[in-house]
Amino acid sequence: MHITLKVWRQKNQQDRGHFETYQLDQVNEDMSFLEMFDVLNDQLIREGKDPVAFDHDCREGICGMCSMYINGRPHGPLKGTTTCQLHMRHFKDGDTIVVEPWRAAAFPVIKDLVVDRSAFDRIMQAGGFISVNTGSAPDANAIPVEKDKADAAFAAAACIGCGACVAACKNSSAMLFVSAKIAQLALLPQGQPERKTRVLNMIAQMDKEGFGSCSNIGSCEAECPKEIPITFIAKANREYLQAMLAPDLPE
Amino acid sequence: MKWRQLFISPVGRKIVMAFTGLFLILFLVVHVTINACIFLNDHGKTFNAVAHFMGTNILIHFLEIGLFVGFILHIIQGWMIWASNSKKRPVKYAVWGASANSHWYSRSMGLLGTLIFIFLVIHLANFWVPNRYHYITQGEELNLFERMKLIFSSPIIVLIYLGGLVSLSYHLMHGFQSAFRTFGMNSKRYIPIVRGIGIAFAIIVPVLFALMPILVYLKVIS
Repeated sequence: MHITLKVWRQKNQQDRGHFETYQLDQVNEDMSFLEMFDVLNDQLIREGKDPVAFDHDCREGICGMCSMYINGRPHGPLKGTTTCQLHMRHFKDGDTIVVEPWRAAAFPVIKDLVVDRSAFDRIMQAGGFISVNTGSAPDANAIPVEKDKADAAFAAAACIGCGACVAACKNSSAMLFVSAKIAQLALLPQGQPERKTRVLNMIAQMDKEGFGSCSNIGSCEAECPKEIPITFIAKANREYLQAMLAPDLPE
Repeated sequence: MKWRQLFISPVGRKIVMAFTGLFLILFLVVHVTINACIFLNDHGKTFNAVAHFMGTNILIHFLEIGLFVGFILHIIQGWMIWASNSKKRPVKYAVWGASANSHWYSRSMGLLGTLIFIFLVIHLANFWVPNRYHYITQGEELNLFERMKLIFSSPIIVLIYLGGLVSLSYHLMHGFQSAFRTFGMNSKRYIPIVRGIGIAFAIIVPVLFALMPILVYLKVIS
């Protein structure tokens, strides 16, 4: 396959950045999108040029490290797929592919296609945790969990925190990520002690980090590689209302 | 509960938008019901009688204050959200494939709302303001049915009204179901029902409103 790549190149956070066009002649249709970038980088290194910086880790679709905004879609055109699991057979010989980093005020570009997603870490630090006693680990079956709730919490926990929801959202809102974490912990007995403070703190931190507010547009749900539904956003809204109207401590 | 959360928190702001939005939807139901009296085609007798009740009843005047507060909150808060969200992506994408994942009208609520606001100003200037002015200075209301016939004799005004109502239709298409989601409705059983009611409402109400200038302009109602 012959592929023309238009890739965003940016030296650092201060650089304005620009697109560069590359020609790849030996693209195999069984390559993943990242493997195609490996081939591109090999070509660039042989030419004595700076390789394209991009995030990746497990390359199995579960770590949430890969990103890339491909032809106007986060993680490319395939539904429920991370960039590392997107294969070149989904493109045609002679295609031109435009690759950009996630664009959001809260995700500044570090270099080329790598963005700083530590804002998500700080949101988790604000409330995405539970209190546990020290000492030896308790028996896994000591706390009964209703099967339906365990399944729903597991579905929410499938969020890999890649940031595609932010990249897809018109408002750069992180509500799908934040709501998945809020819902996951609110559904489990272990998450009850901090339930009301968690939702208030995580949403306040989301705002502080510079993410936009949710308009229930649904583009996040459509582009999420783990297909997290926006019903979790509605649940987080309800958790927020409950925390505001009926706080645990008298005001 | 801290009240300021409703005006500064990203979720609080949406709660205000959803609450005032549903309140304004209720107002639309009342408004369209009253206007539908012209379809009786009785030379505006029923329409003028209901309009007179709405214009002179003291309770309605109090509700009118609430209505203005609702409108102002919805408009100002909407613009604030729009202004805030528009700063969240300082560098735009070169290729923006949003049409593959969402409806254009869901992404254009700020623009549609602004168009409705412009239409609202024109609509108030056409009917509400001159009627109130006449009531204050002359002690009696205008014949609103006659005024409607006068205003809708202009094809430009009719087109402006149709434009405003198309904007309203798309605004409701997203806004109706969005308000319920903001209030936390996430039942897979009921969300499709709410969405269906929202789409039906977003079509039926603006079509009923649109029929009024069209039928008056065509002199079907006279």
